[in-house]
Amino acid sequence: MEKSLMKGNEACAEAAIRAGCKCYFGYPITPQNEITAYMSKCLPKIEGGVFVQAESEIGAVNMLYGCAGSGVRCMTSSSSPGISLKAEGISYLAGADLPCVIVNIQRGGPGLGTIQPSQADYWQATKAMGHGDLRIPTLAPNSVQEMVDMTTKAFKIAEKYRTPVMILADGLLGQMMEPVNFSDETLSCEPYSFGANGHGNKRPKNIINSLYLDPLKLEERINERFARYEKIRLNESAADYDKGAKIVVAAYGSTARVARSAVDKARAEGINAGLFRPQTLWPFPEKQIKDATVNAKAVLVSEMSMGQMVDDVKMALEFKLPVEFFGRQGGFVPNPDEILAKIKEMEGKYNA
Amino acid sequence: MPDFKRPNALIDIPNHYCPGCTHGIIHRLVAEVIDEMGIEGDTIGVCPVGCSVLEYVYFSCDMMQASHGRSPAVATGIKRANPDKFVFTYQGDGDLAAIGTAETVHAAARGENITIIFVNNAIYGMTGGQMAPTTLPGQYSQTTPYGRDTTREGFPIRVSEMLATLDGVAYAERTMAVDPKSIIATKKAIRKGFEIQKNKKGFSIIEILSTCPTNWGLTPLKALDWLKDNMLPYYPLGVYADKGGNV
Amino acid sequence: MEKFKIEFDRCKGCGLCTTACPKKIVEMQSEKLNKEGFSTAVCINQAECTACALCAIMCPDCAITITKS
Repeated sequence: MEKSLMKGNEACAEAAIRAGCKCYFGYPITPQNEITAYMSKCLPKIEGGVFVQAESEIGAVNMLYGCAGSGVRCMTSSSSPGISLKAEGISYLAGADLPCVIVNIQRGGPGLGTIQPSQADYWQATKAMGHGDLRIPTLAPNSVQEMVDMTTKAFKIAEKYRTPVMILADGLLGQMMEPVNFSDETLSCEPYSFGANGHGNKRPKNIINSLYLDPLKLEERINERFARYEKIRLNESAADYDKGAKIVVAAYGSTARVARSAVDKARAEGINAGLFRPQTLWPFPEKQIKDATVNAKAVLVSEMSMGQMVDDVKMALEFKLPVEFFGRQGGFVPNPDEILAKIKEMEGKYNA
Repeated sequence: MPDFKRPNALIDIPNHYCPGCTHGIIHRLVAEVIDEMGIEGDTIGVCPVGCSVLEYVYFSCDMMQASHGRSPAVATGIKRANPDKFVFTYQGDGDLAAIGTAETVHAAARGENITIIFVNNAIYGMTGGQMAPTTLPGQYSQTTPYGRDTTREGFPIRVSEMLATLDGVAYAERTMAVDPKSIIATKKAIRKGFEIQKNKKGFSIIEILSTCPTNWGLTPLKALDWLKDNMLPYYPLGVYADKGGNV
Repeated sequence: MEKFKIEFDRCKGCGLCTTACPKKIVEMQSEKLNKEGFSTAVCINQAECTACALCAIMCPDCAITITKS
């Protein structure tokens, strides 16, 4: 397959189309506008392709609900404040077990925050993506190539487990250009069998619904859903990491690229540092981080937030290792020397 | 064979509505139109949040339950992905004209080829009778215990008139369901909406003035009179938009 | 043969049908309540019923069926 030079946002959109996503519903917000623009350019040229610029993120996510509910593969994208608006619909999507992909090209918050990159929606994505008992599998790319690969993967997970899936990237990944490969893999485009798309007098009626007034039925639905979440936890967690390091730097997305540079510099100076990079944030790669920290004296978490991943790292390590944090906020990306300085400080402190 | 019986598109189970609530009549009319057009297998209904939230149980076509007010957006998603299917929403006044105003207005402005059945009974029914965007000036409700004061609570929204100003609206008619004549006229309007959709003419909305005896605090028969005496002057019946031609 | 038939337990006793009958032969009865505890509609004169079905058109519960002959 040919190699193309593309922006992260455009590559994500192209990957979705190649994965057989025919319908996209969006609303403008920086820094994800290239996804919406790309879809508006390409989808109308595809047979059955649908692009709608909705009246709001709430409108867009509910169009997604209708489309996925009618059995057709679909996607939406937004950035942090817009994802908050979509949270209502994501809860309904989860409650009705509808597969779809939601891309969050994070910017800073809270509130209107900034249009600069950020990773401050980790808690929202992994802990509270809407009201009710629900989980949203969350993938964290760190390159334009992974924006492509994880978009395809997101549709597969969504359809295999009947759940919305989130791609949690950031403004840096969305805007940067890198060479990418697209695979030739195509997914089946048959409408989902549970879709409400007209029974044609050939099957019992399908109902897409999240309302269960009978407590027994609602409890049963939630338990069944959590059994699926458990399978996702067992089968789909993923991480990329170095083995045997004494100081392990845990970082995802754009920050992981910086952390990689810092770790390489540390190693060049003789420090036994290593990188642990979660590729799924929920499920958090618990097994993998244990494997990465077999020899570790301490873990440094680095993020473009106030340390939203720290608790997950501590819990995965069962509070057995010291965990410290270095991050930047406000739209700043940490630079490798800042992280390196922290690695050196910890090397001395923990006698690594 | 009986000459008048329940339509096939309305499943043969009791409904949960209060005695005298006209939702049941309007459900039947929609089902009769689906039967007469022979489109049960090609129709997807979207139910709102409100008294008719359980509507997915009653219709025999495929159904989807939407979050509060978002039915027109949900219907947009269904219809765009399935342009040859019939898609209708069924919404109350709180759902359509308060929490879902944006979704309604923009689905109308886009000329989405869907049909909205809009039941206007001037009150929030399911939550226990609070003021709706269509509650009349002076009308009592749980949240206007001294009557709706327009200096404080503002004015009711005339949805059909408002939407008729939009170019995307192919058909907008206000009817009522208070006697056999108005019910027959309402059915005709619903049929017109579905025919407009069949001919891909764009957005259609049938606003139906309806009673809520329970939350109005009236008997079912007195509620019919209250509607005629109070709602009709504020919400005149009529066709407000018709770009469908003879369908 | 009865032209007006009511499904006794479906009637909620709202009385809307009584307002529609041009012959004024549909009335409410409360001698026997149905299983939901409602008084129900009844046709007091089947012979006079013209099977116009206006009562059934008014019924919110599809409780009335009309058979012409």
